[in-house]
Formats: sequence, structure tokens, C-alpha cells
Amino acid sequence: MITEIIFAIGFIIFAPFIGALIGGIDRKVTARMQGRVGPPVLQPLYDVFKLFEKEKAVVRNEVNFYIFSYLIFVVFTGALFFSGSDILLVIFALTLAHVFLILGAYAAVSPYSHIGAERELLQLMAVEPMLILAATGFYMATGSFAVKDIALWPEPIFMTIPLIFVGIVYVLTIKLRKSPFDLATSHHAHQELVKGLTTEFAGPTLGMVEIAHLYETVFFLGIVWLFFASMPWVGLLVVIIVYFIEILVDNTTTRVRWQVMLRSAWLVALVAGAVNLGVLALM
Amino acid sequence: MELLVFLILFPALAALLFCILPNSRLRDTIVVVVSAIIIVATLYLFVVFAGAGTVYFDINSGMISQIMTGLEVIISAGLLYLAAKYRQYLIAGLVVVQLGVVLYAESLIHETAALNNLFIDPFSIIMAMIIGIIGSLICIYSVGYMRDYHAHHDDMPDKRRWFFALLFVFLAAMYGVVFSNNLFWLFFFWEVTTLCSFLLIGYSWDEQARKNAFWALLLNLTGGLGFAATFVWIGLTDPSGSLIMMDTLIAAGPAVAMIPAALIGFAGLTKAAQMPFSSWLVGAMVAPTPVSALLHSSTMVKAGVYVIVRFAPIYDASMVGYIISLVGGVTFLLASGIAISQSNAKKVLAYSTIANLGLVVACAGIGTYAAVWAAILLIIFHAVAKSLLFLSVGTVEHKIGSRDIEDMTGLVGRLPTLGLMMIIGIAGMFLAPFGMLISKWAALLAFIDAQYGFILILLLAFGSAVTVFFWTKWLGKLVAVAWKPEPMEVKISSHEYTALVPLTVLMVAVCIGFPLLSSELVVPYVFSIYGMAATLGQANTIIMVMMVFMVLVMPLSLFHFRKDRKILPHYVGGRPSTPDMHFKGSIGVQRPVALGNYYLADYFGEQRLSHIGNGLCIAFIALMLIMLLMGVII
Repeated sequence: MITEIIFAIGFIIFAPFIGALIGGIDRKVTARMQGRVGPPVLQPLYDVFKLFEKEKAVVRNEVNFYIFSYLIFVVFTGALFFSGSDILLVIFALTLAHVFLILGAYAAVSPYSHIGAERELLQLMAVEPMLILAATGFYMATGSFAVKDIALWPEPIFMTIPLIFVGIVYVLTIKLRKSPFDLATSHHAHQELVKGLTTEFAGPTLGMVEIAHLYETVFFLGIVWLFFASMPWVGLLVVIIVYFIEILVDNTTTRVRWQVMLRSAWLVALVAGAVNLGVLALM
Repeated sequence: MELLVFLILFPALAALLFCILPNSRLRDTIVVVVSAIIIVATLYLFVVFAGAGTVYFDINSGMISQIMTGLEVIISAGLLYLAAKYRQYLIAGLVVVQLGVVLYAESLIHETAALNNLFIDPFSIIMAMIIGIIGSLICIYSVGYMRDYHAHHDDMPDKRRWFFALLFVFLAAMYGVVFSNNLFWLFFFWEVTTLCSFLLIGYSWDEQARKNAFWALLLNLTGGLGFAATFVWIGLTDPSGSLIMMDTLIAAGPAVAMIPAALIGFAGLTKAAQMPFSSWLVGAMVAPTPVSALLHSSTMVKAGVYVIVRFAPIYDASMVGYIISLVGGVTFLLASGIAISQSNAKKVLAYSTIANLGLVVACAGIGTYAAVWAAILLIIFHAVAKSLLFLSVGTVEHKIGSRDIEDMTGLVGRLPTLGLMMIIGIAGMFLAPFGMLISKWAALLAFIDAQYGFILILLLAFGSAVTVFFWTKWLGKLVAVAWKPEPMEVKISSHEYTALVPLTVLMVAVCIGFPLLSSELVVPYVFSIYGMAATLGQANTIIMVMMVFMVLVMPLSLFHFRKDRKILPHYVGGRPSTPDMHFKGSIGVQRPVALGNYYLADYFGEQRLSHIGNGLCIAFIALMLIMLLMGVII
């Protein structure tokens, strides 16, 4: 019990910094790929600090409530995950968090954020099946839904559910808001919907969204790592490689329409789920 | 025993009274009083029998069975008359065949000593609570609603006497369904619910209502025929008639009971509006909203899933059970999908009901202890959330004059109380940590250990993603509050509030109290059947309850966020705009911004998906019937 709480608190304290570091390196690497020098590595952190110094401007007061709830539940999700709780519960908490984000965008009653909200919903719908199937895959591989048991499983789970791993990496692009699936909002300047979902969020409100994103990045990379948990260092290497691929894809592809995103994500989930889980079930 | 008989007879007798009483304040008061008595009696039933396990009641059936047969003949004659009058020959044919089959079966069975005709166990108690509490609240709500309804539709003949009588007959029949151990009795009450729903759907008796009512009747009679065929099988297998008792039949195990279980399962599928029979429930929304609420939450469809869950132990690890699961699973996925493409609130609710019943059926078809546990939890949460949603939609419709979700934009600003109730209902339908989600989780756990369960998991995974989409966009509409909303000056009748407030409280209560609900009622039932029971685990339960409190406490942050904020106008591509979302359009005209949801009709269109679903499910059911026939022949 004590260890679990320590892990949860550790996540809550350190995740934003790790997330910021990852984000900073991301921006640096991206800049190099584009032939620029890029900002300092800690730039994401500076950005967040600066956002909180800005004027508290909103379009609707209620928006802050939804965004705050989003942040709280993202943190809660990650804390559950890193304290080794039930992975289905983790996925449900994550969905709840995103529903709050979407409601925040709806409550802003703005054309840009409205379309951003619809697209975020589409992204949610595109990703959800793969997450549930991944949880199922973990269970079939280890006989438990608890992240703790999965992490302590003596063999690399990747070997049992490789297709599920591929599927997770595929939807990771959607979750990290990277091109070609950065439909709802993105960190790039070329977002066709101004800033999509986050158009109407400014100052501390936007700051909360940014912090939530830092937590989420760490959480999702944690899921990737879980596939190799029995070999922690290999796992870390895989995480680095996967993230590098994400950056590469981000910089070499253009945004697709939602139809392509939804169809491809569901197809990947269907094939990965049906084949991999099917083989496990019939064996 | 007196209590059970009272619960069946009292609403029925009250119904007779309502046939006589004219529209008046007195009648309205009596409706409330009768409903209150039913609620109290149901709670008393819970207190008396909650810890008592399964109790059988020995009632001499001779006389009562004869009365029932007599009533069945009368009902059939009435239906024949209506069918002939409106040239529904198919229905006439079905009525005749069904009556013939039942009478033939009765002649086969030489009932020597039919004992234990009534019974009660924890599952019956759960169902009785759903019927008694939710059903009665809907009756109270109807008092206020129907007054408004006829004020809105003054061209329509006022048949409210008839309406209230039918509501209470419906409740009586539902009690009959869940208390009967004698399948003949169950079947009688089953047919009464079919009849009541037919008459209530056709309440306004205009062309559309008539058409949909006959359609509902047709499909449910088809299912009834399946049920009636069971009796022939029983008569031919065991003329002594001991298998007519549900407990004996189920205890006989799959080797004996597979055929009747499949036939009754088929009847359950029609009543629970599974594909390809789902269209009757969608059509039923022409009825006044309380009827929809009743059909969807506490009666009718719940009778369908009730029998399927009862026979779940027979389905366990059988091909028939798996096929029933597939029908449920496919219905869950596709009906959820169709809900995306609908903007009519009642239609969204209808498809969501069909979908959730699909999940219950999928669980019951799997038939393991974990699956049955999940199925019963689903039934409970769905009943509470759906009744709340239907009733709030009904009241909102009367106040804003539309049941279109697009017209509910910013409802929490305009009608704060109703908006909030609707949000609670919707949250209860799909969000962690609320009710339905717990049940979905339980369903997932049940599927994962079942044979070939991974196909059901695929259906569940995609289906629940779809569910999130259509509920969230509805929620989004509700919270998209216009600038400085002016609460509408409307008066909502005290009757409507009398139902809505307890249902909202009940919704929150079952979410917080589900561990208790599970351990006190669901687990004892599952344990009595399987000798094992499932739980979510203590740690998970604690986390869930923690989340409920977090969600409930979170709105307090609004007090903080309302302080010293600067309100700025929106960004509208650089055009000058105002906080109430008007912007300067071309030639200097002020234009309001209008925002609509995505409906993705190309992907989730009603026609397209129902064709696929009906095709698949017809194939599944045909496969099941062929297997049965082969089983009979071999």
C-alpha cells in the first residue's frame, strides 16, 4: 500500500518535469529536422510558467471548471497507472478526463473550439477500442488487469501480444496530438483551426491544458514501456525509439481527414485485436 | 405470499377504478396514492424477503389457471376484432395460431399437482423494486405530463382514464412476470404486457401511432409464439407437467432444458427489442413520453431480459447461449452506432436502450456467474438512468417545444434544474465512475473468461467507444450555455418534480451505493445459482467511490473560478464579435453563430446499420433454430 502511494505521489511530482523534458527534446529534434536551431530544452516548462503569469481571461467562467476537472482526472489517471491499479479503471478515468476537456471546449461556445471538440470526440472514439483491447491483451497474457502484476510479469509481454503493441503505437500518434492525426489541436503553428479545441483557452486555462498534456505524455509512454516491463532498460530504449518515430512521422506527414483517422485506427484495432486476441484465445 | 398476491392484484384493481373515474383532481390524487402504496409495499417486500433466499408459495392453481385461460381467450378475441377491423391479417393469424398452440399444449399436460406457482428470490426482489419504485414514479409523473400533453394536443380525444388504467395493469402484469414460477402464469402475464404496450403505443390512435402499435404487436406476438411452443415441448416431453415449473425446468439442466430455454430466449429477444426485432421499440416513441419511459426502464423490455437472465444457467457454455450472446453483442454495437446519427432525443434514448439491452443479453447468453452478475447490475443501472432521462426529455420537450438535441443548446442555462437532471442521467449512462460503466466493466470481465469471448470483447470495445461519442456530444450541447442565459419562466408541475427528484436522487444513490446493492441482492442471487459470485475487488470499489466523490465535489471549484476573471469576446477569424456570439458578417450585418453537432450519417446512418444488424441477427437466429430442429430430429 505504502509503495503504491509513493509511486503515485512520485508520478504527480515528477511527471510534469519529465514530460516537459521530453517535449523540449521533441522540439529540439523537430527543429533540427527542419534545419532550425530550436528552443532551449526546458522551453515547455517556461511556456507553462509564463501562461500562469498572464491575465486571467476567459470567454465563459464555466470553461475553467471543465478544464480544471480535465487536469485533475488526467493526473488521477496517471497516478492510478503508476501505482499499479486496474488498467481498465485507468482507461475509464482517462476517458472521463477527456470528456471534461471536450465539455470545456463546448462550453466556450466558439466556432473553432466547437469543431475542435467534435474532432477530439472523433479522436476519442478512434482510440478507445484499441485501449480496451490492449487491456484485454494484457489480461490474456498475464491473467491480471492490475498494472502492478503486469509490470512484474517475468517475461516481456510484447512477445505474447506484438500486434496489440503495434496498435498502441498507432493510436499513440492520435493521443500525443501528432501529425497526421493532430485534428483537434496541435502544437504546430499550421493548425488549420487556429488552435482548434484550445482556441478560446488563454493564460492559466491554457496552462492547465498544457500541464495535463505533459502528464498524459508520460502516462502513454508508460503504457508503451509496460510491454517490456520485465526488461526495464530495453523498455526504456523502446520508448525512446517509439517516441523518435512519432517525431519523424509528425514531421514527414500532413494532417489527414477525420474519416481516414477513424477508419485506419479502427481497422488497426480490429486486426490487432481479432488476430492477436483470437490466437491467444484459441491456443 | 399475501404480499406477492397483493402486488399483482392491487394495481390491477386500481386500474378498474381508473376506468370509471373521470378526469379530475380526485383521480389525480388517487393515482398518486396508489403509486405511493405500491412503492411502500415494494419496499416492505424488500424488508421481508431480502435475506430470505428463494421462497416458494404453494397456491392451488386450478381455479386461477382457468381464469387465466379464460382471459387469454377474451384478449385474443379482442385482438382478433381489432386486427380484422384494421386489416392486420398477419396479426390475426398469429393470434389464432398462438391460442391454438396454448390450448393444445394445455390439453397435453395432465396437471396432477402443480405446486409452488409463485416464488420470490433476490433477483425477483430487484425486479420488483425496479417495477414498483421506478414504475410508480413514472405513473405519478404521468399525472402532470398527460395534463400538459392534452393541452398541447387538444385535437386528440382525451382517453386519460384508459391511459392510467393501462399503466397500472402493466405494473400488475410485470409483477406477475417476475413472481411466477409456473410458466403458464408467466406466459399469461407476458402476453398482458404485450397487450398493454400495444394499446399504450397506439394511445393517440392516429395513423402513425396505429401503424407502430400494430408493428409492436406483430413482433411481440411472434416472440409469444416461441414462448407458446415451449409448452408443446413440455407437454410432449413430460405430460405430468412438472417441467412447467421454472425452477424444475432450470434445475433439470441443459441436457433437458436447452430447447425450451432457446425458445424462451427467442421470445425474450423480441420483447427486449434485439435486432432484428428492434424496430418496434424505436416506433414506440410515438407514444406519450411516460409510456416510453415505462417501456424502456421498468417494464416490457425488462421482462424480455428478465427471462433470458433467468435461463442463463442453461446457456452457460452452450452453442445456443453463444448465439444469443452474439445477437446481443451485435445489437449493442450497431444500435449504439445508429444513436450517433440521430438528433431526436427520444430516438437516441431508444437506440441506447436497445444497445444496453443487447449488452444484458450478451452477458446472459454467456451465462457464467460473472456474466449474470454483470447483467443484473446493467439492468438496475439502466432502469434508473433511462427513466430519469426519458422523463426529463419529456418535460423539456413540453417546455421548449422540441425534442431535438440541437434545440437543447445551453439547456443548463435556460432550465438549470432539468438540465442538471439530464446531465446526471447521461453521466449515469456512460461515464466512469457512474453506474453503467461499472456494469460494462463487469461485462468485459465476464466475456474475457468465456469461450470465444474475444469476439464479444471486440464488439464491446468498439461499441463502448461509440457510446462515448453520442453521449458526450449530447452533454456538450447541454453545457454550451449562451451569454448570460435567462432562465425560462416555466412552471413544471409538482407531479413531474415528484418523480424527477427521487429518480435523480436514486441515480446518485445507486452510483454511490452500488457495492451494497451488489453484495446485498445481486451476489446472493448469483451465489444461490452458481455457488460462486463475482466482485470488482475492494481496492477498485474504493477507487470508484473516490471518483464519484471527486466528480461531485468538483463543481465547488466554480466558486473559485468565478472570481476576478476578465471576460473576453470569442475569436472569430479576426472579425469583431460579441460575447453573446454575434459577429460582423458581410455588408456589416450582425450575425449569430450557429453551431451543430456531427452526426456522421454516411458512416452511422440508421438504414445502413440496421440493414447490417438485421441481416446478421436473422442469420444468427436462423442458425439457432436450425440447430434446435436438428436437435429435435436427432
